[in-house]
Amino acid sequence: MSQPLLQIEGLRTVFRSSVGEIAAVDGVDLAVPRGRTLGIVGESGCGKSMLSLSVMRLVPPPGRIAAGRVMLEGRNLLELSPAGMREVRGSRVAMIFQEPMTSLNPVHSIGRQITEAMRAHDKTASAAELRDRAIEALKRVRIPAPERRFDDYPHQLSGGMRQRVMIAMALACRPALLIADEPTTALDVTVQAQILDLLRELQAETGMSIILITHDLGVVAEMADEVAVMYAGRVIERAAATDIFASPQHPYTLGLLGSIPRLDEDRERLLAIEGAVPPPFALPKGCRFHPRCPFAIEACKAAQPALEQIAPDHLAACIRAPVEQAVELVA
Amino acid sequence: MTPLLQVEGLEKHYPTKSGLLGRSGGVVRAVDGVSFSIARGETLALVGESGCGKSTTARLVLRLIEPTAGTVRFDGIEVSGKAELRALRRRVQVVFQDPYASLNPRLRVGEAIAEPMEVHGVGDASSRAARVQELLGLVGLAPYHAQRYPHEFSGGQRQRIGIARALAVQPELVVCDEPVSALDVSIQAQVVNLLKDLQQRFGLSYLFIAHDLAVVRHMADRVAVMYLGQIVETAPKRTLFAAPRHPYTRALLAAIPHPDPRRRGRVAHLGGDVPSPVNPPPGCRFHTRCPHAQPICREQAPPLREIATAHASACHFAEDLPAFDAAAAEGIAPLAAQRLALYAAAKARRSA
Repeated sequence: MSQPLLQIEGLRTVFRSSVGEIAAVDGVDLAVPRGRTLGIVGESGCGKSMLSLSVMRLVPPPGRIAAGRVMLEGRNLLELSPAGMREVRGSRVAMIFQEPMTSLNPVHSIGRQITEAMRAHDKTASAAELRDRAIEALKRVRIPAPERRFDDYPHQLSGGMRQRVMIAMALACRPALLIADEPTTALDVTVQAQILDLLRELQAETGMSIILITHDLGVVAEMADEVAVMYAGRVIERAAATDIFASPQHPYTLGLLGSIPRLDEDRERLLAIEGAVPPPFALPKGCRFHPRCPFAIEACKAAQPALEQIAPDHLAACIRAPVEQAVELVA
Repeated sequence: MTPLLQVEGLEKHYPTKSGLLGRSGGVVRAVDGVSFSIARGETLALVGESGCGKSTTARLVLRLIEPTAGTVRFDGIEVSGKAELRALRRRVQVVFQDPYASLNPRLRVGEAIAEPMEVHGVGDASSRAARVQELLGLVGLAPYHAQRYPHEFSGGQRQRIGIARALAVQPELVVCDEPVSALDVSIQAQVVNLLKDLQQRFGLSYLFIAHDLAVVRHMADRVAVMYLGQIVETAPKRTLFAAPRHPYTRALLAAIPHPDPRRRGRVAHLGGDVPSPVNPPPGCRFHTRCPHAQPICREQAPPLREIATAHASACHFAEDLPAFDAAAAEGIAPLAAQRLALYAAAKARRSA
């Protein structure tokens, strides 16, 4: 297999606090192949957003990247100068966020905001040239009548349109990698479906790789080729999307799957995961999921399980997986 | 038996002003002739995209805004005067979407939960304090949480606080305005389960507002689908999901992401946005986005008509739509299903 576009090794992002150093991302290894989509799944507070900010080197202080490598096209992003990293952002890696309204400047027209992003990476283009390219970018994200929309302000657009504008801005400089952090969470399901379709089409057109961050395994099933499930700062399961859904291994993945209301099943109660993700300053000993895990045994409290091969190309960090064998041991 | 809530011909129009002088422009028909009823102990879900008027309808039922036309009857009595309104205020409570915005950040959780009881003069200080403890237990929080402030809680916990507050004065109807839309999927499931448990325990009726039909499937007994201020289809839950008879309902169903990568890219999704309610399209309001639109749809507005018992659709071609592809019924992989069952069994054993 060829070299992946992005390879993350042993990434650790920490925050200094009154109780000492706490790790929001705690030793993560991941790879994103060229032209493919990696889905990163987990609940709020599992570290998935901090992971993506670490890749962009945009970790807010007092946080800092303490260890690891982020290899993009053979270069370690963590070793670049601030100026070198600015060059990478936008032109090689771009990012879109959950709430397009807060990421767009309300007092500038969307056309101005797109051309601004383009100018940052191309100082020689004329204003007319940039305008044409921005309209082209709006056209690419299927915004109707882009010449007219160019002068619109963010508040004049619907939520779905605003997310399209964000995608147009992100893709203006043809990045090799798009990081999409919950891009459809704030949208209606119908608009969500449109945006996911659009991302897939643009990926086919440009051959870019995508990291899709979401709490919804349904969205992952629609989009991802590879899946990493995160819990409390660590990856706890990794496999191809088809394998994750055909043979989910980690009890946390099972809980996420059981939480999705499904159209094809009449269940009275949803299979929720009780409790919440522990904050990084109060992590339980042993497996970090054990207080919420219905399969937990004494051994789970003793040592943190390593992410190990459990089936071909399928990694899981659970001593009880596969659970059908664990249950036989109990009975 | 009279239904607990009966809404007839409800309308809410907002005049739009334009220009410096505030000359009146058009009229926003936010809610445009909506009728439905809810029986005791029943859950009616009102579903549609942003801007379809479902939240405005909820506010009209709560009388947080005055309707332009139409009536709201609660327990057979029309809500119009102050006395009826005061009674309504106690017997109908609300849970809002955003648990971050709907709790006063300066009130301790116990005070926030006790507030509706104070407003309605229920009990004295000590009985109210006892009731707060009881309510916290009901929604799965601990007694000491009463002393904490909202910022100390997660989104899911805040929504539990909102539910406890709504239940404080023993309402009969709870209007849930997108109560889980702002939450993680795993936390959504917890809150949906809690709402169902509480309904069973207290015989509550719910008006459940949502944009996601998958969540509705777990909550509702009956579903009404709204588009641009009007109900376009209403049916018992099972009928609506098995045999939807309006193209818009089908589009909403098709848009739900399905947890199975094998199904990917099989459905064509609904294009475009909801048109502006200032100038709704003539004829059927959905015709601009409808894959089955015919010339008649651009000219004549289809009435909401009964096409089977308890099943109504506002589509000229409700009976002629192609058979519904219930592809969603394919199910998940056998091994995944087996492990989910084990998970459920292990969880049940732990809680027993």
